[in-house]
Amino acid sequence: MTQRDYSLLGPDAKRAVKAGLAAADWYHTDIPRKDMKALMKREDRTAIRDTVILFGAMAVFAAIGIWLWPSWWSAPFWLAYGVLYGSAMDSRWHECGHGTAFRTGKYNDWVYQIASFCMVRNPVTWRWSHARHHTDTIIVGRDPEIVAMRPPALFRIVLNFFGIVDGLTGWQRMLVNASGRLDPEEATYVPESEQPRVIRIARIWTAIYAATIALALAMQSILPLMLIGLPRLYGAWHHVLTGVLQHAGLAENVIDHRLNSRTVYMNRISRFIYWNMNFHVEHHMFPMVPYHRLPQLHERIKHDLPAPNRSIWQAYREVLPILRRQLGYHDDFLTRALPRTAQPYRVDLHQSALGEAETTSDGTPKAPAVPAH
Amino acid sequence: MTDWIDACAADDIDEEDVIRFDHDGRTFAVYRSMENDYFCTDGFCTHEQVHLADGLVMDHVIECPKHNGQFDYRTGAAKRSPVCENLGTYRVKVEGGRVFIEL
Repeated sequence: MTQRDYSLLGPDAKRAVKAGLAAADWYHTDIPRKDMKALMKREDRTAIRDTVILFGAMAVFAAIGIWLWPSWWSAPFWLAYGVLYGSAMDSRWHECGHGTAFRTGKYNDWVYQIASFCMVRNPVTWRWSHARHHTDTIIVGRDPEIVAMRPPALFRIVLNFFGIVDGLTGWQRMLVNASGRLDPEEATYVPESEQPRVIRIARIWTAIYAATIALALAMQSILPLMLIGLPRLYGAWHHVLTGVLQHAGLAENVIDHRLNSRTVYMNRISRFIYWNMNFHVEHHMFPMVPYHRLPQLHERIKHDLPAPNRSIWQAYREVLPILRRQLGYHDDFLTRALPRTAQPYRVDLHQSALGEAETTSDGTPKAPAVPAH
Repeated sequence: MTDWIDACAADDIDEEDVIRFDHDGRTFAVYRSMENDYFCTDGFCTHEQVHLADGLVMDHVIECPKHNGQFDYRTGAAKRSPVCENLGTYRVKVEGGRVFIEL
């Protein structure tokens, strides 16, 4: 059984580079250039509409929450506000970080800055972190954004439904950065030229939190923190619920997103909160396609992808058993069958990465043999 | 010593688009703007070895298909992280319906 070291500074990081898994040439479904240009095309209208709805809903829910405060009748409005702050902002951070949500660059930048603050992710550091995630998706020792490691830290994931680990880590890193330092792992992917910006933003955020805490003390009430800060905890559950499904239980150290990413059909509300990142194989394969065109991209390439999960519930019924098995056997993972219309997995590229995986006659790798379960 | 190298026909590139051109072990991206002007840069993004010919051309900017870094393809200037380093650019001329690049 293989012991993994997910640190960006550990032996698996060196091993990935040596094996050619770092910055590798990944599989892409063939799409004619003309079609790809149409899919990549940018516009402002859809994202402006969604952003007005988002910030409008946040303002309404917060206003009612404040109006009803401190009655328990305010709780549903805080929960709704919290999901928009602590979960919808995760997808806004993501899409605007890619710069694809709006056509106008400054709109992407404005929403990105606000969303980064809400999610307590330094906008400079995390832009680089996410670039690495796209370069080396689920490559052990290279990808800084692996959620479900092996063995999976299930308790950590459960805590993160309440933002506890990621939120506290974010605030801790903010204070470290505000003191003028970077975490050693951050320093591996943030260029030196960008590091002063990391520190400057952390200091601005620290000042905002200090003012919020001072106001709460002056009011002898946590109400200011219900608006700023705490929603990162009490509203985090939806982005963790959907985010875990992106890659959990799938292959590591492969260079085909069909093997390590998951597309899940979701209800309309979750898709609004998640900004269509449920089309996750499609997003990783073609990150320059805006969120609002991912359903079109999905239709265009689904002949070449594993069948999507039919719902969040059905996806968890697939994921949870494999995570439980990985607690005992770290090398276990799911391999998803391709339709007959798909280009087969490149076994020659993945055999070493997939361990002792067997392959079917069409080149589809099977999961390696595992103990009885 | 530089040479003008025949890269492609002017019509090989759509308006506001880019194609790949390989020559002598090097790779380039050749652009046609909305104004029907032609430009040439190094082919690979300066952030990672990703070819820009698969990217999006929009408003004199080429966006890398992998990480969405952006360059002004007229000057090679890096416009948006994760790209920090400018692209190399090359002079271009169009003669007789052909696009030539000075290398």
